[in-house]
Amino acid sequence: MTALWILIAIIVLLAIFIIGIYNGLIQLRNQVDNAWSQIDVQLKRRHDLIPNLIETAKGYMQHERGTFEAITNARSQAMQAHSVGESAKAEGHLTEALSKFLLTVENYPDLKANTNFLSLQEELSSTENKISFSRQAYNDSVLMFNNKVQMFPSNIIAGMFSFGKKEFFEIDNAAERAVPKVQF
Amino acid sequence: MIWELIQANKRKSIMLMAVMAFVLLAMGGLIGMLINSKNPQNGAMFGMIIASAVFAILTMISFSAGDQILLSSSKAVPITKEMHPQLFNVVEEMTIAAQLPNMPKIYIIPDPSPNAFATGRNPKNASIAVTAGLLSRLNRDELQGVIAHEMSHIIHRDILYVTLAGIMLGSIVLISQVFLRSMFYSSMGRRTSSRDNQGGGAILVLVIAIIAAILAPILAQILYYTLSRRREYLADAGAARLTRYPEGLASALEKISGAHVPMETANKVTAPMYIIPPMVKDKMAFAGLGMTHPPIEKRVAVLRKMTHGAAFSDYSEAFTSVTGSKHGIPKSALADKEEVQIRDSSRESSPSKANQNKQMRQANDIIRMVNGFAFLNCACGLKMKLPPNFKAKQIACPKCGTVHNVN
Repeated sequence: MTALWILIAIIVLLAIFIIGIYNGLIQLRNQVDNAWSQIDVQLKRRHDLIPNLIETAKGYMQHERGTFEAITNARSQAMQAHSVGESAKAEGHLTEALSKFLLTVENYPDLKANTNFLSLQEELSSTENKISFSRQAYNDSVLMFNNKVQMFPSNIIAGMFSFGKKEFFEIDNAAERAVPKVQF
Repeated sequence: MIWELIQANKRKSIMLMAVMAFVLLAMGGLIGMLINSKNPQNGAMFGMIIASAVFAILTMISFSAGDQILLSSSKAVPITKEMHPQLFNVVEEMTIAAQLPNMPKIYIIPDPSPNAFATGRNPKNASIAVTAGLLSRLNRDELQGVIAHEMSHIIHRDILYVTLAGIMLGSIVLISQVFLRSMFYSSMGRRTSSRDNQGGGAILVLVIAIIAAILAPILAQILYYTLSRRREYLADAGAARLTRYPEGLASALEKISGAHVPMETANKVTAPMYIIPPMVKDKMAFAGLGMTHPPIEKRVAVLRKMTHGAAFSDYSEAFTSVTGSKHGIPKSALADKEEVQIRDSSRESSPSKANQNKQMRQANDIIRMVNGFAFLNCACGLKMKLPPNFKAKQIACPKCGTVHNVN
């Protein structure tokens, strides 16, 4: 009789233990998803801003067709990206194309005086800041989640319910460094 | 961790409240003893009961409406994104960087002097107010630095402490002034009858009461000021960490302190809340205000020394090498071993703001906008500013005569 009770107690304890770890994993995964949606909102916002920006700038910069094409291509690639890794890479290219474009703008004082363009540029640089600040939060939560998925004993439960590792949102550092720095 | 830091700040807030309550009770007791000199014990009891009622009411008011009182006494006006997109964007960015649950409310103070402060009960109910002069002088990176400094005050829960202390200090000063004045008048009337009482004890009580009434506000002020100095260094460190760009705040501090424009909307109680103590025409009323904030040159020097990174530990290192003191940043903030890289300065899109006349004009435009003026751009380049009580449907441009429709 007592042996049975002990067995039941052990099973109940084990169940509580597993439920606890499982819920912890779910919570962390939701945190990662939430952080990702924060970045996603900003990325979409940037994609939406670009057509307006190009439309406004086109009239002033007729000899910069190559720059515009580079941005449009990078944008459509970024919009087609599916996984976090792909998206990070494509968005990195888009950032690069945009900073090249904004450097060329320096040669067009008329464009720089256009209030419509200025407000678009303010929105764009703010969106880029928001992307980089939310990237930090996302990567932090991915690190926490991945640690849980890989470490003992939570890795057993993660394996049972097939929790996979999450991808970091890493902008290609080489591309970021290649952007020429300009002092005004 | 930051969490411990917040706990420490909460403890300090409670301690401050306790000290304030004690001062208030002691004052109430003494005043009561003085007024009812025939039965000092009853008088003291009565005074203390009144004082605790006052304290309870004050606490309730400062918790529920303290931020609103401070904002409206600074004439701050709430704004929407359309009124100043850049300010709105920068606050949004810093909200993301600080990982706050929601964005603080944004206010503009219609004052040409550059300054800013934050207030509120907790991060969910927080407000940031900046002056029109600040917006017209700073570039994007500098504005970001200032907003990040205020955001750090919000994260560290400095805002609750400062709001409470502000309301408490204000009322202690008020009560003791009322008392000193009433003493002055009543002592004239009572002089004739005092000979009948056995006056020795009463005079002693009187002397103590006067000393207390003079000392209480001074003590309260000293407490308030010494505690807010380290908060400024810590908020600077937090700003560097949030923006990853210490130079932004450093050059903003330089610009703000170099402006030398007196601030009309600041007063004795709100002054310590600002990022830099506001300059005021009436210097006497603000004697000793330098105590609330560390010297600006030191704050700038520490920020400029941060060349390796923007984490709390980098700030602490820079702080030690500039001031020689080891106690700039509380240990609990340094426990997190994190690395924060310094980023590049952002591209500046807006035209140069170096011209002083232009700055003043811009500041005035922001003040008009906040006050509900409408703007009309004429094709000839003239910008017409229509006051909110302008009722006519049409207006002719005074320069070229083109008639515009007012909607």
